Amino acid sequence: MPEQAQAASTNGPAAVAMDLLRRARRTWRQSLQLRVVSTTVLLGVLTVGLLGAYLYDEISRGLTEQKVTTSTYDARALTRVAQARWESTTSRTVADLNIAAGDILAGLKPSDPDPTRYVIMARGIENTNATVLATVESGTLGLSSVRSELKEAVSAHPSTQQVQVSDVIIDSERVPAVMVGSQVQVPSAGAYDLYFIYPMNREQATMAFIQKAFLIAGLILSVLVGAVAWVVTRQVVTPVRRAAAVAERLSSGKLNERMASHGEDDLALLATSFNGMADSLQSQIRQLEGLSRVQQRFVSDVSHELRTPLTTIRMAVDLIHESREDFTPSVARSAELLQGELDRFESLLADLLEISRFDAGAAALDLEPVDLRSTVATVVEAARPLALRRGSEVVLDLPETSCEAEVDERRVERILRNLVVNAIEHGEGRPVEVSVRTDEGAVAVVVADHGVGLRPGEASLVFNRFWRADPARARTTGGTGLGLAIALEDARLHNGWLQAWGKPGAGSRFRLTLPRLAGAALEGSPLPLEVGAEVAVIADGVGA
Amino acid sequence: MKGRVLVVDDDLALAEMLGIVLRNEGLEVTHVADGSAAVAAFRESRPDVVLLDVMLPGIDGLEVCRRIRAESGVPIVMLTAKTDTVDVVVGLESGADDYVVKPFKPQELMARVRARLRRGDEPDQERLTIGDLTIDVAGHSVKRGSQTLGLTPLEFDLLVALARKPWQVFTREVLLEQVWGYRHAGDTRLVNVHVQRLRSKVEIDPERPEIVVTVRGVGYKAGPA
Repeated sequence: MPEQAQAASTNGPAAVAMDLLRRARRTWRQSLQLRVVSTTVLLGVLTVGLLGAYLYDEISRGLTEQKVTTSTYDARALTRVAQARWESTTSRTVADLNIAAGDILAGLKPSDPDPTRYVIMARGIENTNATVLATVESGTLGLSSVRSELKEAVSAHPSTQQVQVSDVIIDSERVPAVMVGSQVQVPSAGAYDLYFIYPMNREQATMAFIQKAFLIAGLILSVLVGAVAWVVTRQVVTPVRRAAAVAERLSSGKLNERMASHGEDDLALLATSFNGMADSLQSQIRQLEGLSRVQQRFVSDVSHELRTPLTTIRMAVDLIHESREDFTPSVARSAELLQGELDRFESLLADLLEISRFDAGAAALDLEPVDLRSTVATVVEAARPLALRRGSEVVLDLPETSCEAEVDERRVERILRNLVVNAIEHGEGRPVEVSVRTDEGAVAVVVADHGVGLRPGEASLVFNRFWRADPARARTTGGTGLGLAIALEDARLHNGWLQAWGKPGAGSRFRLTLPRLAGAALEGSPLPLEVGAEVAVIADGVGA
Repeated sequence: MKGRVLVVDDDLALAEMLGIVLRNEGLEVTHVADGSAAVAAFRESRPDVVLLDVMLPGIDGLEVCRRIRAESGVPIVMLTAKTDTVDVVVGLESGADDYVVKPFKPQELMARVRARLRRGDEPDQERLTIGDLTIDVAGHSVKRGSQTLGLTPLEFDLLVALARKPWQVFTREVLLEQVWGYRHAGDTRLVNVHVQRLRSKVEIDPERPEIVVTVRGVGYKAGPA
């Protein structure tokens, strides 16, 4: 816990991020709607993106091809015009030829201010003629824009047009352009290359527009897909959530909660079957409640109706028993038997009524803080006469510290009395040890005897109603056969444990563990149930 | 033992048997079977102890108990067939001093009756103080200043037991033995209920008791004088 706090304080932002991540993950796990919508949107975006990219690519290729075709036609016509004009020129000097070149190029230049083509005339790279004309350029794009591959291709195949698509820089912007190169023969100056550059800025603008349109369309489509998914899942998720809420209210005990059901679709079917389930649950619970009430009433009535005549019998028997010396021996013996059996009948009735109270769920705890050491001491003290008769010694092992716990002392005393009396009765005259220990959460009492012990598998049977270890010698020891069953119920009522352990010849041990705070859950017991090293220590402590 | 006992029980066989046992002990017994006739019978016979069945025709035992308690502090012992905490506590809260659960042994009943009759046998010229109260043991009166507090004999005995040894913490078991006369384990709820009833009469603020102080996990003791 301190380490966690430290971690949180040292890497604050990281912790916040982790927290956000965790929260997002939880929302993701919890919301079906969120999952469906985001998956749908993701798939939609992917599809739209792929489709858009494909279409964009196709359009772009088509536009480029078309541009190349028109450019080559245009360039071919213009080249013919230039060749024709060179052939018809009369200039022979370098100066005149340069002027003629300027004129011819001006004729090839487009008239509009935004140039759709640039024209360049330059000396062919294999031209060795002595007359050298200056390179003529029609606009801002010069010979430097023409790649050397194109120049070489033009000199290699002077009779055909050479086409290349590459980027040029116009107004410091990179624009793809179609370049067409071919040769013209200049009189007395040899072969000159004529290059036409057709920048594709219009096509580029068109592509940019298409791209924007695609993006917007894609975005709208994705949002639309998301919205559709949201609406659709909502139609399904909302009734499911409502069902969950209703189920929760039902489980918290509001049995009258029902789902609204209209229509004939699957969801209406869900609501109808849900309501049917709730109806049947409610009626069964009511029935059980009714049965439980009837049972409790019955127990209470039986209790009263049986007890009153039993009291009269009890008093009469006691009166007869007291004056048994006045009777003949057989009648006197009968009076004794009558009294003994009446005792048994009474305790049996009392135990039966107690058990039915547990079964009816009518048993309630009367809690108060009790130091179990004093309870144990009281119980052991009360059992001394029996121990004396049986020849057993009861050895108490109490700690120095208080063993206080919130318990119903009457019930705990009853459990302990049962365990101690059982131990003495089955202890075969050997010592019975009663130890109490406590820790933070629990108080434990172990009652151990050194009698015949329990056979394997019997440890769980001892708490069964009317169970007897040895049917052959069953009735010689007293008891109703319900004592341990009641003790177990009493322990359970406290949220406690009552456990048995035994080995043939090693005796048996019963351990009662109770939470120190009423209603708290037990995590362990301060005393071991089985015989081990710690028991030897306890025995030493007793001996000292 | 001398004394008058009023038995209120609708079961005639039991009532007759109770009569036999009580008369054998030398007590004078009056019997009434009907709850509605019980209070009138009580006024007429002026008993020293009332044995009262909880379930009665006419008016039920708890109501009879309340009515008798309203006009007298006479010891009342409930005869009950129920051992549930609620039933017992309700019975005690309606004013009963003690109770016996059916089926009881005659000796058990006689012990309870004897314990209720025994009190006042040995008048004691004693004056005790507890908190701001003065107790006249012989005169059976408790006063705060000049105001007399009306306690039943049992509540009086409980207060006297605590006041006689103000330094001692009494466990519920010890009080059961000293005040109720239980020689063996009894029902500690008796003590709890009667301490509450006593507090409601003697404490200035019963929520914050100063006369009868709870010692958590042990029992009760007298508050500092």
